[in-house]
Amino acid sequence: MISTELIETAGYEIMKKAAIDIPEDYLDGIKATQKQEQNTLSGYVIKTMIDNYEAATEDRRPMCADTGLPRYYVKIGDNAPLRGGFTGIERALRSATARATADVPLRPNRVHPLWRTEHNNNVGINAPEIEWSFEPDVDWVDVTTVHKGGLFGTDYRMLFPGDGIDGIKRFFLDTMISFGKRGLCCQPAIVGIGIGGSKDTCMQLGKQAACLRSVGEPNPDLKIAELEQELMEMGNNIGMGPMGFVGSSMVVDCHIEVGYTHTGGMPVSVHTFCLSSRRATARLHADGSIEYRTDPKWFTPYMRRETVEWTS
Amino acid sequence: MDELKGDRQVSEELKEVNLQLPAIPEAIAALKPGNIVFLSGFVYTAREGVYDRILNDGGELPAGLTELSNVNFHCSPAASPQEDGSYAVGGVTATASFRFSKYMAQWLDLTQTKIVIGKGGMSKLDYETVFAPRGAIYLTTVGYGTGALLGRGVKGVKDVHWIDELGIAQAMWLFEVDKFGPFIVDSDLDGNSLFAQQGDLVNQNVEALYDGLKKPTLHRYGETDDRKDELM
Ligand code: SF4
Repeated sequence: MISTELIETAGYEIMKKAAIDIPEDYLDGIKATQKQEQNTLSGYVIKTMIDNYEAATEDRRPMCADTGLPRYYVKIGDNAPLRGGFTGIERALRSATARATADVPLRPNRVHPLWRTEHNNNVGINAPEIEWSFEPDVDWVDVTTVHKGGLFGTDYRMLFPGDGIDGIKRFFLDTMISFGKRGLCCQPAIVGIGIGGSKDTCMQLGKQAACLRSVGEPNPDLKIAELEQELMEMGNNIGMGPMGFVGSSMVVDCHIEVGYTHTGGMPVSVHTFCLSSRRATARLHADGSIEYRTDPKWFTPYMRRETVEWTS
Repeated sequence: MDELKGDRQVSEELKEVNLQLPAIPEAIAALKPGNIVFLSGFVYTAREGVYDRILNDGGELPAGLTELSNVNFHCSPAASPQEDGSYAVGGVTATASFRFSKYMAQWLDLTQTKIVIGKGGMSKLDYETVFAPRGAIYLTTVGYGTGALLGRGVKGVKDVHWIDELGIAQAMWLFEVDKFGPFIVDSDLDGNSLFAQQGDLVNQNVEALYDGLKKPTLHRYGETDDRKDELM
């Protein structure tokens, strides 16, 4: 049985893990960029960042005091034995957010957009966001939290089929350069790119690409995977490193997700997941046990609807 | 960093400096863009909430602040109140400073602050016209997300002001710090800026990156400020 209480326990635990422990895949990615980095200042910054991850894990304190905007991604198996219903899950995750905010502590970042009122617990109107997805033929529930920071590093543009790949590259460069200056987007980052859909799905796909795929995991479409590689190299050849210093470390990995779109357009969004790339996942099994990991495994073949028939 | 006693040359290009706070003018004058700095003494946080309160709403500075600390950190800590009334400080990370440009001249005059710490620096113009003439410099945090390392340097919360009115993120925190850092010197007393120097170098290559890419079908506002321009 997967009860509301179990969801709360798991939600609280992943909030802690996400804030404190850098995911292994991202750390490996940073170390790979470090090896390439020739510039002394940029190299010093990366070394300090790695020291910081170690300090966070050793001291059990948040790696970055801007603990981002905590949010959740829930994937529910068709056969998961839920007790407490879907609104029960939402209540549990709101409670876990408030408790973890006080205990870790996380910074209470969430305020009303107009009146700036806050409850010091990261909970409020439409916050934390909870996104839902489903998985056929399984009986578990995956709960992932992402603490994405950064007021900077995200942009959207409506391109047109005639702009082609060049248009995507141009937009990608624009975003990397403008937000990379002075390191506003806290690079080296995982860059997520959403292509297609409508404006909102385009944003959502790009954000999920940045936050919910692990470093080194390519898109299953080989041509898209090549483009990911090409854009990553392009980003690292801008001549910029962390903090906008001269260097070669902008992009730790580039992830693209696509969705069918309007025949006349090619919407594109770019998102940077900063050097505090915080995510953690719990899998709640039908027998009430919980397993923790850092790879959200969000983009399953079903999630991309690869396994759903195209015709009816 | 425990073995760190005095200043030392970390590599050919990087020099590390330990600074005792409140910082004296000679020590500040010796700092150059690109130096690495660690601080010991007292540091206070202040950002728009505090600035508005004091500079626009007629609030008063806490008694003794100017004697105790001349370092303003643009930061909101991850801190939470404990049952005994004290505060647990988790991570400490700077927030982007450019937003506070309009407050700085008045603030530096009022508080006699000589070191501002934050994320990403201010404009070179601010350094030349506001900071340098007042004997003040700017230090940037390193990589920005290094909140855990900085958190280690915070030995305690000496005081916190206006936490009920402004909330944890905007309140004024007075931290006692020891070997708090690392920070990188952005501006010096001549108004030089490390960010500006590095930005200029990066900019030299930027145009070439677009060579061979076709022009966009539709332009967009933002590339121009002229609202009478056509996008097509
Ligand atoms: S963008 Fe930078 S400051 Fe903000 S959460 Fe990420 S690492 Fe921290």
